[in-house]
Amino acid sequence: MPAPSAPALALHDVSKRYGRRWAVARLTYALPAGRSLLLTGHNGSGKTTLLRLVATALSPTAGRVEVLGRDAVADRDAVRRDVALLSHASFLYEDLTALQNLTVLARLLGIPSPEDAASALLTRVGLTRRSDSPVRGFSAGMRKRLAIARLLMKTPALALLDEPFGELDPQGIHDMEGIIAELKAGGTTVILATHLIEQGMSLCEERLHLQDGRAVAA
Amino acid sequence: MSTPPRPRPVGLITATVALLRKDLLIEWRTRARLNAIIFFALATLLMFSFALGPDTKLLEKNAGGYYWLAILFASVLSLGESFRVESENACLDGVRLAPADARAIFLSKAVGNTLLLTALGALIFPVMVALYGVHIATSAADLGLILLLGCLALSAPGTVYAAISSNARARDVLLPLLLFPLVIPALLSATKATTLVLQGDPMNQLGSWLGLLSGFNLIYWGVGFVLFPRIIED
Repeated sequence: MPAPSAPALALHDVSKRYGRRWAVARLTYALPAGRSLLLTGHNGSGKTTLLRLVATALSPTAGRVEVLGRDAVADRDAVRRDVALLSHASFLYEDLTALQNLTVLARLLGIPSPEDAASALLTRVGLTRRSDSPVRGFSAGMRKRLAIARLLMKTPALALLDEPFGELDPQGIHDMEGIIAELKAGGTTVILATHLIEQGMSLCEERLHLQDGRAVAA
Repeated sequence: MSTPPRPRPVGLITATVALLRKDLLIEWRTRARLNAIIFFALATLLMFSFALGPDTKLLEKNAGGYYWLAILFASVLSLGESFRVESENACLDGVRLAPADARAIFLSKAVGNTLLLTALGALIFPVMVALYGVHIATSAADLGLILLLGCLALSAPGTVYAAISSNARARDVLLPLLLFPLVIPALLSATKATTLVLQGDPMNQLGSWLGLLSGFNLIYWGVGFVLFPRIIED
């Protein structure tokens, strides 16, 4: 269980280096539980790296990341159970159908009746009619919808959304706003990285602007 | 709104079976890997046959070695492909973050590769019999055991090295460079044991070679199981 009253996210002097370049540099920040965060910044400012650090896809070069009161390196598996990442990469197997992709994840998560859970989520993201089609034939928007279904399968305590509105049509963007609002209403803390600042501001209470991996005033 | 129940941690076996099912399903849907390795192995057997000419005695004498070289060369394709599907769309990250036990990822990949290589060995054996004019002198069960142990021995270190090389730029070169020197003891044991099955075993040496192959498996399946989590994490 997450530590009670712990911040949803605490960054303690966190840095991440790729080769000689610091993607995130000495970042310290705390996001109170129940608040949602909008991450802004230009391309290459460190938003995606920061989300991947919080998701435990990467380990920090220096500093400490705490998610819901747990250390993201020492207690990695527990953090992973509570966190879900919507990434630029879809995490989808091209040769499996939409239903099979979600069923594989449901089995890994130990969800009873994995196919039923997968079908319900496909209905929710509007992909029921393509549930038995291989992902290879999907458009970018359909892939994004399926990736969202994948995220929802985890019912995360912390949802990390990297450019969630990208590749979506206007209806898709509207649906995504609804999903984010539902996640928040259900108690999920949302961290959202987007260039659509107005939409992001309407969904989040906090904002962190990054420039060259450092927090700066927006 | 309808939400799935909260996830609960699954055990090593459950995760391994789920991932193995997924890999076999992908293979069944595409058959890309199996088709490629069958044709590659058959072509290798044919090349040896053409290269050595009509000297059937030489072909018969060295058939075990040519058979295992064909499987070894094909295994490089199979092992590389098993991680190519994971690097497309960063699927390996998706599995890691699910979260799935990294040891389950190792076991599912290594068992999947073993199944595929064993099937390959069984499929190309009749072709080798026809091309090289060999026959089984002891028992088919011995040959089946050698095939299984030999494929297990290629798959465990092969899965570890395929994971290491999957993100490298020159992965197609790196994998055989890392794998071939390491599996020499296994290749030697499997070849000697196969030759004994094909030509007779008057000195009862088969058990020693099978023992060496089993020992190799014990070491490298153990090493892979322990080290794989460190290999695939950042």
